[in-house]
Amino acid sequence: MNIAQNSFEKCIKCTICTVYCPVAKANPNYPGPKECGPDGARLRIKSLDYYDQALKLCTNCKRCETACPSNVNVGDIIAVARGKFEKKVINPKLMRDFILSQTDLFGTLSTPFAPIVNKITDSQIIKTVMHKTIGIDKHKALPKYSLGTFRNWFKKNAPDQEQYPRQVSYFHGCYVNYNDPDLGKDLLKVLNAMNIGLKLLNKEKCCGVPLIANGFHDKARKNARFNVKNMTEAVEKFNTPILSTSSTCSFTLKQEYPHVLDVDNSQVVDKIEYITSFLLREFMNGNAPKLKEINKTIVYHTPCHLERSGLAIFTIELLRAIPGLKVIVLESECCGLAGTYGFKKENYDVSMKIGKHLFETIKNSDADYAITDCETCKWQIEENTHLKTIHPINLLAQGLTV
Amino acid sequence: MGHISRFETEVLIIGGGATGTSIMRDCALRGIKCMLLDKNDIASGTTGRNHGLLHSGARYAVTDSESAHECIQENKILRKIASHCVDQTDGLFITLPEDDLSFQSTFIHACTSVGIDTQKLTPEEALKLEPNVNPSLLGAVKVPDGTLDPFRLCASNVLDAKQHGAQIFTYSIVQSFIRVGERIIGASCLNVRTNEKFEIFANEVINAAGIWGKNICQYAELDVQMFPAKGSLLVLEHRINDLVINRCRKPADADILVPGDSISLIGTTSEEIDYCEIDSLRVTDQEVNILIEEGAKLAPILEQTRILRAYAGVRPLVDVSGGNGRNISRGIVLLDHAKRDGLTGLTSILGGKLMTCRLMAEMTTDVVAEKLGNNSPCTTHLQPLPGSVERTDKQPRKKTALTSKAAAYRHGEKAVQLFDQSAKGKSIVCECEMVSVGEIEYAIKKLDVTNLVDLRRRTRLGMGSCQGELCTYRASGLFCEYGQCSGHDSSKLLIHFLEERWKGIKPVLFDDALREAEFTYWIYEGLFGAADVTLLGTAQNDEKKEYYEI
Repeated sequence: MNIAQNSFEKCIKCTICTVYCPVAKANPNYPGPKECGPDGARLRIKSLDYYDQALKLCTNCKRCETACPSNVNVGDIIAVARGKFEKKVINPKLMRDFILSQTDLFGTLSTPFAPIVNKITDSQIIKTVMHKTIGIDKHKALPKYSLGTFRNWFKKNAPDQEQYPRQVSYFHGCYVNYNDPDLGKDLLKVLNAMNIGLKLLNKEKCCGVPLIANGFHDKARKNARFNVKNMTEAVEKFNTPILSTSSTCSFTLKQEYPHVLDVDNSQVVDKIEYITSFLLREFMNGNAPKLKEINKTIVYHTPCHLERSGLAIFTIELLRAIPGLKVIVLESECCGLAGTYGFKKENYDVSMKIGKHLFETIKNSDADYAITDCETCKWQIEENTHLKTIHPINLLAQGLTV
Repeated sequence: MGHISRFETEVLIIGGGATGTSIMRDCALRGIKCMLLDKNDIASGTTGRNHGLLHSGARYAVTDSESAHECIQENKILRKIASHCVDQTDGLFITLPEDDLSFQSTFIHACTSVGIDTQKLTPEEALKLEPNVNPSLLGAVKVPDGTLDPFRLCASNVLDAKQHGAQIFTYSIVQSFIRVGERIIGASCLNVRTNEKFEIFANEVINAAGIWGKNICQYAELDVQMFPAKGSLLVLEHRINDLVINRCRKPADADILVPGDSISLIGTTSEEIDYCEIDSLRVTDQEVNILIEEGAKLAPILEQTRILRAYAGVRPLVDVSGGNGRNISRGIVLLDHAKRDGLTGLTSILGGKLMTCRLMAEMTTDVVAEKLGNNSPCTTHLQPLPGSVERTDKQPRKKTALTSKAAAYRHGEKAVQLFDQSAKGKSIVCECEMVSVGEIEYAIKKLDVTNLVDLRRRTRLGMGSCQGELCTYRASGLFCEYGQCSGHDSSKLLIHFLEERWKGIKPVLFDDALREAEFTYWIYEGLFGAADVTLLGTAQNDEKKEYYEI
């Protein structure tokens, strides 16, 4: 039995989760995590009649779990129930959910033709058509693909990396592979400057988070088993840590696998680490790269899954270690996009309402960059504030002296 | 005071438990005018303090074939007439390694001989049907057990009786019988909430007061020996089993695990108590431990499951043998005092059990109807109760609010016909059990509800995980709106309800139940200042009671 199945009865109905739920705040039709989570779990045991379609309004941000004083995995309970009981209705929206969640498939298809694909998805006509047919909101810009994948680029650099005395494995995730190889390249630079070489896993698939969010749990479970197998091989062969530059990928690999997908990752879980936590430890142990002053002001936005992982402090301290940088830490709140959620026509307004306060704060900040650990937060912030938003690793790479 | 109201009727029924309310309905359906009196709410005595098991009779098949036969007959009837009170779960009688497997064939044979269907299962088959059953079982027998909600059953009896002209007085006690020589012609009564006295004159009086029936007989200077046996049970936070689980052996302590609505119940202990203790039952630490230990043998998950509360009831057995309280028959004892004691106008119906309440009512009403010269036949086994008249599970439910689904489960077609379907009506008061404003309005206006404890019996308000933490203040406010209650009075209802909830939590005040209780205390005491509400004027008979309820 996984944690989500037996933790609901620890709930003492304090309702703090619902107070902290960004969706409940923005959408009165969402009953909130307490009712959908622990209350619902109890009633769903009695009868599946009590499965509420409103569960699909959950963004899986896990802020309910961060807030819970009773250690109830509220978000997991909701995600598990959706995976088990949500009925897939064949309609255009199912196609949309499929497109949004099959990141590997569409990444592989699109990267060779990235300029054309990007142009098509950017055209107003196509946006209107997608809005009216499959329900991708016309206000949204779909993520841009890169021409060529990170994995392909890395092949040429792999031999060099083996020269370094220490090695780490890198779970690059879909975003770095198909959309932003530059982030992976920056990571390589930063690690190399610290005399550490980069390895990739033999193979990897999407961590599964968009599949979980869209209710494709069987496919997500397959990916999870595949990734655990590849991570296990890396650990057994090289005994390296496995790093991720995505706060959500690392959270999923570590926590969603056992809690939501019931996939055992115990043999590798202690090796998986989000990048800033690894780097800060290195810095504090005296292995910081030489950094020049960056005389800029940045606003830092904490992604929900990093908050849930309890790791925001590592990113913030890492940023503070950059000389000359003025770091403004924003109030920790959801940006509203929640991966694929905000792309959907029916969620767009709620998504914007959730992010409104964040956007206003950033717009009024006079910062040079927004910094965040999550790629989808980046899209949302850039789209709605027009401030360039980058990953902490991008900034560190800018500060390298060599 | 001066003026005393006087009522006249054909039959006065004392006791609003399963038996009393069934008699009330039976009389009303036969066209006999009747009134019912209870010193508390309906279903507040033994009726509301058992496991709510819809016996197939299998439990008694080996030791008491007469009871077993009555159970299976009534089981079939209740499934039809009270479908909204019944969950047709089926039950398992499991044999564990420490039990004698040869008892199984004795058991199956005994069941078959009284007409109880059995199906022998391998351990694998049993585990497939009920994944939480003890996996070390050697075998199992499936029987048509189920669950029966005693509160809904009584409320529906009363509702039907009232629709046929009957009248009910709750929170009213008999102070004395009105006698003319060797004939009882009525009773002097007192409403303990309002302190108003009144008199009811009746051709026939029926004593259906269960274990309290001995007291009623004493008012008529008659002696009946009752044999009170306390039975304690624990309520688990959620439903851990889908089928009733029994041990396939002679009945013993803590060997029935019943899935009741959204929770499971483990019971029952049996302890002989003195008659003077029947109003001050306590669940002891030792009983709690036995229930957990023995219960975990039925379903090991029980040991890790949060316990919500404990409660105890008294078996209303009539002492006919002097056994140990478990081996004597729970048979029905119908005393026609005209024949037995030469006192006309009084009939006592004692003993029996929840399962046989309708049959007991039929037997009693037959006797009384004959005396009244009414020869209409009994129809209670044919006519469905209000709530079971139309099937509600066939309606399109996809877009239905959860509160509406829960209400239809509890009130059948009445929920669809009568509840306020506006946004306000559908809004949630009790989040654990999905009780809506509309359901509460209906209960207060139509189901003889005077306080939050009564309301709980009609709706399950406050019976879920939080035990009233979130619903109490919302529901007490609704008494101002629908129950013509002042703000001060509704504050008193709030405290009365919380005290009643806490009584049942105290015996299990550890782990999460303790955290929950602390949090509730903090809300009501710390945030709302509940201790400042003066309780002057609270009904006196509620204050000293130490009873526990589900």
